[in-house]
Amino acid sequence: MDNPGKAPILRLMEHDLIIVGGGLNGPALALAAARSGLTSCVIDALPIAAREAADFDGRSYALAQASKRLLAGLDLWEQLADTAQPMHQIKVSDGRVGEASAFLGLQFDSAEIEEGPMGYMLEDRYLRRALLRAMADSDRIEDRAETRVIAQDTGPKGVSITLDTGEVIRGRLLIGADGRQSGTATRAGIRRTGWSYGQTALVCAIAHEKPHDGIAHQLFLPPGPLAILPLTGNRSSIVWSETDSRAQAIHALPDHDYLDILRPRFGDFLGRIDLAGQRYTYPLNLTLANSFTAERLALVGDAAHGMHPIAGQGLNAGLRDVAALAHVIDHAVKRGEDFASPLVLDRYAGWRRWDTASLAASTDLFNRLFSNDNPLLRGIRDIGMGLINAAPALRRGFIREAAGLTGDLPDLMR
Amino acid sequence: MGNDMTTTVDASEIAKFEAMAAEWWDPTGKFKPLHMMNPVRLDYITTQIAGEFDRQLGTDQPFKGLRILDIGCGGGLLCEPMARLGAEIVGVDAAARNIPVAETHAAQSGLQIDYRHTTAEAMAADGEQFDVVLNMEVVEHVADPLAYLNACRQLLKPGGLHLCSTINRNPKSFAMAIVGAEYVMRWLPKGTHEWSKFITPDELYDLMRKAGLDPVDRKGYVFNPITWKWSISDRDLSVNYVTAALKPA
Repeated sequence: MDNPGKAPILRLMEHDLIIVGGGLNGPALALAAARSGLTSCVIDALPIAAREAADFDGRSYALAQASKRLLAGLDLWEQLADTAQPMHQIKVSDGRVGEASAFLGLQFDSAEIEEGPMGYMLEDRYLRRALLRAMADSDRIEDRAETRVIAQDTGPKGVSITLDTGEVIRGRLLIGADGRQSGTATRAGIRRTGWSYGQTALVCAIAHEKPHDGIAHQLFLPPGPLAILPLTGNRSSIVWSETDSRAQAIHALPDHDYLDILRPRFGDFLGRIDLAGQRYTYPLNLTLANSFTAERLALVGDAAHGMHPIAGQGLNAGLRDVAALAHVIDHAVKRGEDFASPLVLDRYAGWRRWDTASLAASTDLFNRLFSNDNPLLRGIRDIGMGLINAAPALRRGFIREAAGLTGDLPDLMR
Repeated sequence: MGNDMTTTVDASEIAKFEAMAAEWWDPTGKFKPLHMMNPVRLDYITTQIAGEFDRQLGTDQPFKGLRILDIGCGGGLLCEPMARLGAEIVGVDAAARNIPVAETHAAQSGLQIDYRHTTAEAMAADGEQFDVVLNMEVVEHVADPLAYLNACRQLLKPGGLHLCSTINRNPKSFAMAIVGAEYVMRWLPKGTHEWSKFITPDELYDLMRKAGLDPVDRKGYVFNPITWKWSISDRDLSVNYVTAALKPA
């Protein structure tokens, strides 16, 4: 510590929100709260420069239409639109490695709904940079980089946190946007429920010879699902799952051998492929905080719910938390309520708890149903896919659901 | 008055007031039905005040400069939001025990609120005047509604706004507000309401006109038992409803 033995430095300024975690959800919430006239202090262990590294590193997000609306509401979409690839169609098929997959097993086309593309593929570097720059430009947001929270105290009157510099920061509401191993949740005594799938996602970006035409593919293969998601130009993002041990073995291979394993999984419809960017692995596990709120504290994003990324719903669910919390806070401020009171936080928890639990359960079920070579289960899912394809209303429902346009939408997603 | 009380109460009394304040403000406690309804009440109140006095909600302290009276203030569920929005607020309650409880919570919230143990009639006799009178869920409890509404009119400055909510009188309101809220859900103590004292919207408009107020708006508060939420309705005034009236300038 910088000032051993000295009394903590007390800061007189009080922030409305103290947000722990300066990744994507934290800055998005700070920007949304600023629109309601509230000030935020955003704390992150990493320096800004490290967070907004501008090189393409292979990471990208399948942004649902509702999430795009939130970014538009924060005045960020205009600068992001050129870097985003619209997803016009999603084709879902069932297959076996090395065999031609049963394409057109299930097809969703955004031409069937009037709201526009069902989503966009957006590279992490662009989204992160847009959020961090907007945060730096806002006079209602203070960014505290390269520091960690070592203690937090929440009480009926307010929140105070102690940083590893010895500094004490005071505020009215504490936000945990610090990921699946949220220290904010742990320090508040919030336990987590979760399990591992015994699977690991392998993620990379590829450059390919033929155009993707804005079509996303979801292939259900016995080892686990594989998604091909269109990026701008002749590039796509690949997310595929294998058992933990196999995934580690594949990840350890040189690029050339890695591609040799990847190629037969989706055939040659994109022509020749090469790696574009780094390769990543993410162990697949589900972790849900037993409570999304506590006294003067709310959790958003993975701190509240880390889920299977099978449907690309991790970031979308986080941004939905942000929009819902910003919504209840905004309405509370306009009514003169104490926005950090249990009355207000309960509205957020009630709103998001059900959505999250049902999404986590359905992605979990979906994965169990499709990551399987059991003939009976294959039969069931073939019938299911056929039914959905035969019923336009049902299919439109799925498209709206995937686009994040169902349920009770927060103001910023309307 | 408030000062006399705080100087004469001892520490155990303060602890008791704190406990009672915590009870008033517990969203899942004894006053849960009031807390569930409070957002729609506040939405109506803030929108009407903003419209009448040309204020912009969402700006800093939009009600600055407005003097507001809340009759039957209880634990301060309406006074605190009004104070936060910048109003100069006076909260009165006929139940003496509510005053130190509300004062304790306001102090915890860091808000300046003038709470008094008195009645509308006594304040009117003292010649006090306000820009807005909040008269929420009181008129169905008073012995002489016309005399009471007359006092409310006297408490308004010319052009002032009177917001008054109560419960309609019909079989549905009997089923919902008495059988449902008092006996089935036990949200309210049995005997809280006397159905015969409930007033229909037309009767209330009539009473307000007789008291010299010009009614300008009425809306229903509707409880949805599926979503477990209250909302404001233009048409359904069958159980809980709210009215806005002006004192002629």
